[in-house]
Amino acid sequence: MGDTMAVYGRLLAARIRGQWQYRTSFFVYLAAQFTITLLDFLVLLVIFTHVPRFAGWSLWEVALLYGLAGVSFRLADLVVSQVEYLPRHLLAGSFDRMLVRPLGALVQLSAEEFELRRVGTLAEALLVLGLAIAHVPVHWTWARVAVLVSSALSGAVIFACIWILGAAFTFLVVDGREFINAFTYGGNFLSQYPLQIYGTALRIILGIVVPIGFAAFFPVLYILGKPDPVTGVAVIRFLSPAVAAAMALLTRAAWRGAIRHHRSTGS
Amino acid sequence: MSPVVEVTGVTKAFTVARRRGRLRRRFEQVVAVDDVSFTLAEGEMVGYIGPNGAGKSTTIKMLTGILVPSAGRVRVAGLDPSRQRVEVARRIGVVFGQRTQLWWDLPLRDSFELLRHFYRVPAPRHAANLDTFSQLLDMGPFLDTPVRQLSLGQRMRGEITAALLHDPAIVYLDEPTIGLDVVSKSQVREFLASMNRQRGTTVLLTTHDLADIERLCRRVMIIDRGRVIHDGPLADIVARYGQQRTLVVDLAEPRPPLEVEGATTVAVDGPRQWLAFDGSAVSASALVAAVAAAAPLVDLSIEEPGIEDVVRRIYTEHP
Repeated sequence: MGDTMAVYGRLLAARIRGQWQYRTSFFVYLAAQFTITLLDFLVLLVIFTHVPRFAGWSLWEVALLYGLAGVSFRLADLVVSQVEYLPRHLLAGSFDRMLVRPLGALVQLSAEEFELRRVGTLAEALLVLGLAIAHVPVHWTWARVAVLVSSALSGAVIFACIWILGAAFTFLVVDGREFINAFTYGGNFLSQYPLQIYGTALRIILGIVVPIGFAAFFPVLYILGKPDPVTGVAVIRFLSPAVAAAMALLTRAAWRGAIRHHRSTGS
Repeated sequence: MSPVVEVTGVTKAFTVARRRGRLRRRFEQVVAVDDVSFTLAEGEMVGYIGPNGAGKSTTIKMLTGILVPSAGRVRVAGLDPSRQRVEVARRIGVVFGQRTQLWWDLPLRDSFELLRHFYRVPAPRHAANLDTFSQLLDMGPFLDTPVRQLSLGQRMRGEITAALLHDPAIVYLDEPTIGLDVVSKSQVREFLASMNRQRGTTVLLTTHDLADIERLCRRVMIIDRGRVIHDGPLADIVARYGQQRTLVVDLAEPRPPLEVEGATTVAVDGPRQWLAFDGSAVSASALVAAVAAAAPLVDLSIEEPGIEDVVRRIYTEHP
């Protein structure tokens, strides 16, 4: 494991060195992504100039949710989302090269397609989260800080798992990328707003089937001391790490199964 | 000599969907490799040849652990590639001639350094290997050039180095000389021969360039439609299938095609004529005497069958 991480670190460093040769394009993309995602937040500001509260939430409460979900999603986007290029490697045969090297294919794939420029959107989410933390009327106890940090990381794991499950799925259906994006980008979008604004069916899907509610919404209820309008179960606010761990195990099994399938069918 | 590679009764079948009409599909079994068995001893260099689609790549994919056999048993360095892929990967080197395994934007030297960490090669060993390889392959001038700027010949030398730097027990080379000029080709061949001689590296070589085989391999396996149809010394193949020799004669003046018993005149170009004959039935000296009796001779030579002709005959004789 330690060995794997060391090689992973070197692969990332090499990838960044390679990309650094195109730094103008790097900075342009970085700035563009930062600005475009900031527009998302500006839309939120505009909404709140017309309504004082949104489903009972104030501007900075929604911003906290938006920022926390954004940090989770964009961490996963930075570290893992590139596994969605798997079909390209399968078609070009370069996935074979990963299989003849003594390292896990997932580690190689995510390191090889790593894009440092995605930190632009992560920076925007961190900025919004920081502003929200400064403005929400919350007494920051250690417990609240712990829930905030663990929620950011658990959320990142949950989003990462959705991407990897999607990649595992493309072993079976090579052009399934659009389908997967509905869950990743779509999930991120839905996770930025209070869950109670959605209908029952969507709530169930976001809470249980694709557990994006755990990426930010339930922990934020605890941080803001709000009642749970969806489940009413108090403990659910602390379950994000457990949900993330369960998803990680499920994803690991699915990925291994997909690799096994690929190696026996060759397609 | 213990075998490095043992393949016993290995079959690989794929299920492919064939379209039948607009919506209906029928699934068919396609057998890519059919009950193949062979062993490679330590230090052997074996040519693995066959037409496109014969099952060469599928075999190599099973040896490297990329594919799992449908039936049969594969052992590489005593390990099962289908279950111990990563462990097997440490002991093998692979060159896929048409695809790179180097980092496109990095200097060659940096690619090698990354691979050193993949394979956990100690730094002194790596430095010594790189030094030797870069001398043998004359890579000094472009070690610090980004891979994307290398010529094909330079890149291929880099690929082969990348596959051998971690001292693998066996290397699989798929078309290592494809697209190279004559000088690069011979450099690559000399390098492989010396690795094999000095380090005892076992080599399985797939190629369409039969000069690679002639230069490097004493043993040749021929696969056609998933079955190994020949496995033996290169000399045996030539002896068995390569009986067709050609006598080339320069006559004193142009003449109509000669008619000599035991030979067929296959071509005429001015005073020069080509006579094909079966080496096992007619001796060359008897034929020369017969020709000299029929027409005044100025010069003559005998063309031995090239391995290319031999392989063409083998493919056509195994329908």
